[in-house]
Amino acid sequence: MFGTGVLKGLGVTLKEFVGTYVDDIKKIPSRYAGGRKELDQSQASAQTGIFTVQYPEERRKLSERFRYIPMLVYDAETGENRCTACGICAKVCPPQCIWIVRAKDERGKPLTRPAEFQIDTTICMNCGLCAEFCPFDAIKMDHDYEIAARQRMPYLVFDLQKLRVPTTYYARIRPTDWAEEEAARRAKEAAKAAKDAEKAAQAATAGPGSQTAQEQPVGTAPGAAAAGETIAAPSRPRPTPEEVERLKAEAAARRAAKAAQGGENK
Amino acid sequence: MTDTTTQTAATALPFNEAVPGAVTEVAKNGLVVAADRLLDLTTYLRDQQGYDYLSMVTSVDWPQYFEVVYYLYQVGSPVHDAETRRRQAAETDLAVSPGRPGAPSPAPMVLRVRLPDKANPVVPALTSIWPGADLQEREVYDMMGIRFAGHPNLRRILLWDGFEGWPLRKDYRETYYEEDAKPFKSRHPDGQHAWAEDHVPWKDNVTYPVGWDPDLFTQPEVQYRRIMGVDEGSNGSGLRTERVLVNFGPQHPSTHGVFRMVLAIEGENVVGLEPEIGYLHRCHEKIGERNTYIMNIPFTDRLDYIASMSNNFGYVLAVEQLMGLQVPERADYIRVIMAELTRVISHFIAVGFLFNDLGAYFTPALYGLRERELILDLFEAASGSRMMCNYMRFGGVAYDLPAGWVERAKDLVWNRLPRMMENFEKLMAGNEIFLTRCQGVGVLTAAEATAYSMAGPMLRASGVPFDLRKAAPYSVYDRFDFDVCSRPEGDVWARFRVRMDEVYQSIRILKQALEGLPEGPILPGKKQYQFRAPAGEAYGRVEGPKGELGFYIVSDGKANPYRYHVRAPTFINLTSLEKMCIGHKVADAVVILGAVDIVLGEVDR
Repeated sequence: MFGTGVLKGLGVTLKEFVGTYVDDIKKIPSRYAGGRKELDQSQASAQTGIFTVQYPEERRKLSERFRYIPMLVYDAETGENRCTACGICAKVCPPQCIWIVRAKDERGKPLTRPAEFQIDTTICMNCGLCAEFCPFDAIKMDHDYEIAARQRMPYLVFDLQKLRVPTTYYARIRPTDWAEEEAARRAKEAAKAAKDAEKAAQAATAGPGSQTAQEQPVGTAPGAAAAGETIAAPSRPRPTPEEVERLKAEAAARRAAKAAQGGENK
Repeated sequence: MTDTTTQTAATALPFNEAVPGAVTEVAKNGLVVAADRLLDLTTYLRDQQGYDYLSMVTSVDWPQYFEVVYYLYQVGSPVHDAETRRRQAAETDLAVSPGRPGAPSPAPMVLRVRLPDKANPVVPALTSIWPGADLQEREVYDMMGIRFAGHPNLRRILLWDGFEGWPLRKDYRETYYEEDAKPFKSRHPDGQHAWAEDHVPWKDNVTYPVGWDPDLFTQPEVQYRRIMGVDEGSNGSGLRTERVLVNFGPQHPSTHGVFRMVLAIEGENVVGLEPEIGYLHRCHEKIGERNTYIMNIPFTDRLDYIASMSNNFGYVLAVEQLMGLQVPERADYIRVIMAELTRVISHFIAVGFLFNDLGAYFTPALYGLRERELILDLFEAASGSRMMCNYMRFGGVAYDLPAGWVERAKDLVWNRLPRMMENFEKLMAGNEIFLTRCQGVGVLTAAEATAYSMAGPMLRASGVPFDLRKAAPYSVYDRFDFDVCSRPEGDVWARFRVRMDEVYQSIRILKQALEGLPEGPILPGKKQYQFRAPAGEAYGRVEGPKGELGFYIVSDGKANPYRYHVRAPTFINLTSLEKMCIGHKVADAVVILGAVDIVLGEVDR
């Protein structure tokens, strides 16, 4: 019979229409009561009825890996930036929206921290490559997607102050990543402590001159060597300034050893 | 894949007996053909050798010469035709049209024409042999400035008429040009904050012809002489309806974006049509040549933004081919899962918006979008972004699947999607209004679809069961059991049906892939952000939801591709739009366009 197909189709829409009300009645008190909340929509087959989210009263529960605009993580205890101004993020950024000025000491020698760090969020394409390739876990992708501003300049060009977030915030929005990185960091520190002990034992027998040369092949991770930019091993956060100074001295020694060796360990 | 295999099987120059003097050299990738014998050779290849399908035309700007590259396939070999006939006979009682059992198609034939005269490069147009070359040759002309002798309508296509310069030539510098290749040195370690606004176009690196004055410039007007029949004088005398030119779009809800159809109509009948595209053009290929290899991955997301995972897939395949990388099994499975979920999304949207164009205002489209939400949530959980996934990397994928992802996906694939497909069938497939509007509208025969270089569901709906997942299996597709969906009718309804059937096949693949997902690494080694690809060229092709999506990459051993070309399926599918629309009403033109399923991000690139 002509028209049965149309009627069947209308039956589907009627069922969906009624279903939204049923869905709404089931949720008592109504989902619209009670102001701001996050809706977890990841229920797949159980999800029926209304799919729309009444933003801004409601908002979607973001998945942990959700990425928007990068942020710079600093140590919540010391307030020290994890960033070493190595520039990998600026080099990998597809739209080239990251600008970094490396800090220098009074003699003009570059330091391992940024003097300026800017991200033009109007250009940023939220690809997350900077966070993916940062060897120091310093740049991470944020969850805050509400960055609308009335003017492009200066509100949407984020500087160091605006980009900085504490490690506690990072741990809160990305608990899984944080736990993994912390575990890796602890493992690395344990290995380093073991190595230090071994080194100390060696230093007791050998002279101080051979020390750095022996440490060299182990001290630089293969990825860091390929990058050719890394200065200190990723072992942050460091509690004391003396420790930082020691690390810097070590790094300088390693660099000198590397320069002496040439491209041997590439 | 054997895309770039050297054609060394022939002892002397191949095809020298049949077409003397055509092939001048057997190059590393393909045959070098003399420009004046190109037509003879391609006619011979089409008629005698079975290379009936012109997949891609592109060009490379080498220092000494321009090179035009043609990729020819065999798609309509007698095997397929016999099967199509068989199916045509048994077609009535099949709910899901079966595909041809996985018969791999032979490696593509690559022809290269070298044009040493860089001041005036001319090559014969292939439009007389394959009408599908039309838009592609116009694109090559537009981007590289190579003229195609005998092309019926050789004018700019992506850029506007009156544009000066040929953007893909190596000496072209775009506005706000900074350096030839990224990363730009100004960003680190002494970061210069450069505002785009500071680069006033009049001041910076925009070159104008001598004596050109922007105030006096007026864009040359396009006359559309061909579709208006001015040259034939067909509208001069007699009692006839006046031929009227109607601009359909670029701001029109039924054009699925900023797309303009220029329709020549008599009464309400379409007598001529020209697609006008390029409103979303950003010269993706030039950007790609400035980028390093890895920077291109997020840019490919923005091609067909409905199907970003498929775009990633094609691009990483091409670069992996170039670098000779092996992909771990788990990464391959994840890629297939993502690509098939993408196909489901894309077909839901295609089918839903086809109904939108028919006047079923937004109900089927929104039902499709609703299911898409769930899949996008899965994408977000795995990659961090719903649409611009940027998920695949060379040799694998960016991140492993998070905990609980596979369970969610399984729930969706086993419980939700089949139920929704049932609903869709009830809602749409039997609708009499839909059937009347679609059956017999916009018919392309198998021969026409092949000649017009149609790809994907468009080709298969015309009775040519060509699917790269079977014809040239990439990744792990050869392990899965699925059918190639094809219909013999070749009309809008067949395109709808093929898409619906492909969703069932995708669900089949998804079930197998999710069941068989192995444990293991997701990348072969450490992630690298900067590397040099060995010199050479590669063509990575996948069966995207909308057709064959190819990435053609030429490397000169640097960190950036020397040439980067995208074979955009929807762009090439538009070639046949006029053919399909002529003789139908304007309202049908809307439906025919809807069934092509264009995405302007990919068409305009």
